[in-house]
Amino acid sequence: MTMVYEDRGDQAPGDVPLRRIRFTINGQKKIAEVEPRLLLAHLIRRGVGLTGTHMGCDTTSCGACTVLVDGTAVKSCTMLAVQADGREITTVEGLAGPSELHPLQEGFRAEHGLQCGFCTPGMMMAAKALLDANPDPTEEDVRWALSGNLCRCTGYQNIVKSVLWAAGKLRSQAAG
Amino acid sequence: MYPSRFRYEAPRTLGEAISLLRDGGEDAKVLAGGQSLVPLMKLRFASPSLLVDINNIGGLGYHRRDPDGTIRVGALCRHADLERSDLLKASQPTMAAAAPLIADPIVRNRGTLVGSLCHADPQGDWAAVILALGGSVVAEGPAGRRAIPMAGFVTGPFQNALRHDEIAVEAVIPAPAGTPAGGYLKLERRVGDFATVGVAVAIETSGGVVSRAGIALTGVGAATIGAAEAAAALTGQPLSEETIAAAARLAAAAAQPRTDHRGSAEYKRHMVGVFVRRILSRVNGSGAGAGAAGQERAA
Repeated sequence: MTMVYEDRGDQAPGDVPLRRIRFTINGQKKIAEVEPRLLLAHLIRRGVGLTGTHMGCDTTSCGACTVLVDGTAVKSCTMLAVQADGREITTVEGLAGPSELHPLQEGFRAEHGLQCGFCTPGMMMAAKALLDANPDPTEEDVRWALSGNLCRCTGYQNIVKSVLWAAGKLRSQAAG
Repeated sequence: MYPSRFRYEAPRTLGEAISLLRDGGEDAKVLAGGQSLVPLMKLRFASPSLLVDINNIGGLGYHRRDPDGTIRVGALCRHADLERSDLLKASQPTMAAAAPLIADPIVRNRGTLVGSLCHADPQGDWAAVILALGGSVVAEGPAGRRAIPMAGFVTGPFQNALRHDEIAVEAVIPAPAGTPAGGYLKLERRVGDFATVGVAVAIETSGGVVSRAGIALTGVGAATIGAAEAAAALTGQPLSEETIAAAARLAAAAAQPRTDHRGSAEYKRHMVGVFVRRILSRVNGSGAGAGAAGQERAA
């Protein structure tokens, strides 16, 4: 894995501060060499090559870059990659099994929870964190949990329905 | 967007962190939750040469209540910890009301109360809450610890009273003499926006009268405003329609709002009065110990 760093001409290549970190992403163990100013979102997209995590606003507002770090939803544009050292990251690519979609993905398809799809990975990861903590959320719980994620197409109605659909499916799987 | 290049250190102890800051000079910054600092660095409004990440220092994630009733919030206690806190729900209604209204749920997972105070954004919610409660920030440096009252902690927009080699290690809310009551109300255009108007009310009642009162305002001035005259109108009085109306009127008078894209000055001033009355009326209607929380959305 190669990361390419900006050369401003004022430092010798050996003077660029680099840190070696190890982390797990979607169950796979990785070691990376990162400049401390590299953002987690960039490590995921450019370093690991998982482009499902989207960069929307780049200012901590939209939530499109939401991933789970040790099970907690974070905006990966607002965390340094170096801070992922020793952590376990889950991205939208980590949701599906080898042959089947995750109930959240099924739910977004069944309930038309996306139009352009740009916000969808962040919505799903925020929803995953909610359902991990609260398998039987009310509609209000879902709206509250997704209030840090912006969608510019759907008006949220079908996103909320999708998450509730997924919650129902997950509960019936757990019961079955 | 990338921050400009910096040296990164993630010490395991407070002592190491303070040494790094001492040697790092004025240009070093402490990284806690990073939900304000990292965006500022990406926008190049902040370009520290050294970043001291305190997230690997153990024992700073607490919030607790001492036997005497003092509440302490450690430097790595996240907003989400406070939002879920049974301790605050049971013993500190103003903080319990404010915690779910900070930024948005995902930001609350990382951001910290102490970090918000240090960031000293004039629009910050916690500064108003801690000011209304008469709280302080404990700083630790090479010479040991000192408590800095919230009223003197913020020295200007995005400026605080910490020396460059000091770390804010906890926020302290003094033990109440009476029964704490109050709330925090915030008018915002959408979740995650800065407050158009934020009002923190923290009172204590004892023997049917208000034994202590603090009222502070955010979003309606160049800095957090302590509405001392409004608080004084309550102190020593029973909560009644008259005392509540007086406090609301004086708090509105203390606001220094400006007309901007979030609303007119007149509207913001009016809402300060509405929020003070709403919080105190809810307290009055349901007995001491009650809290009032809520977001109000502007059309």
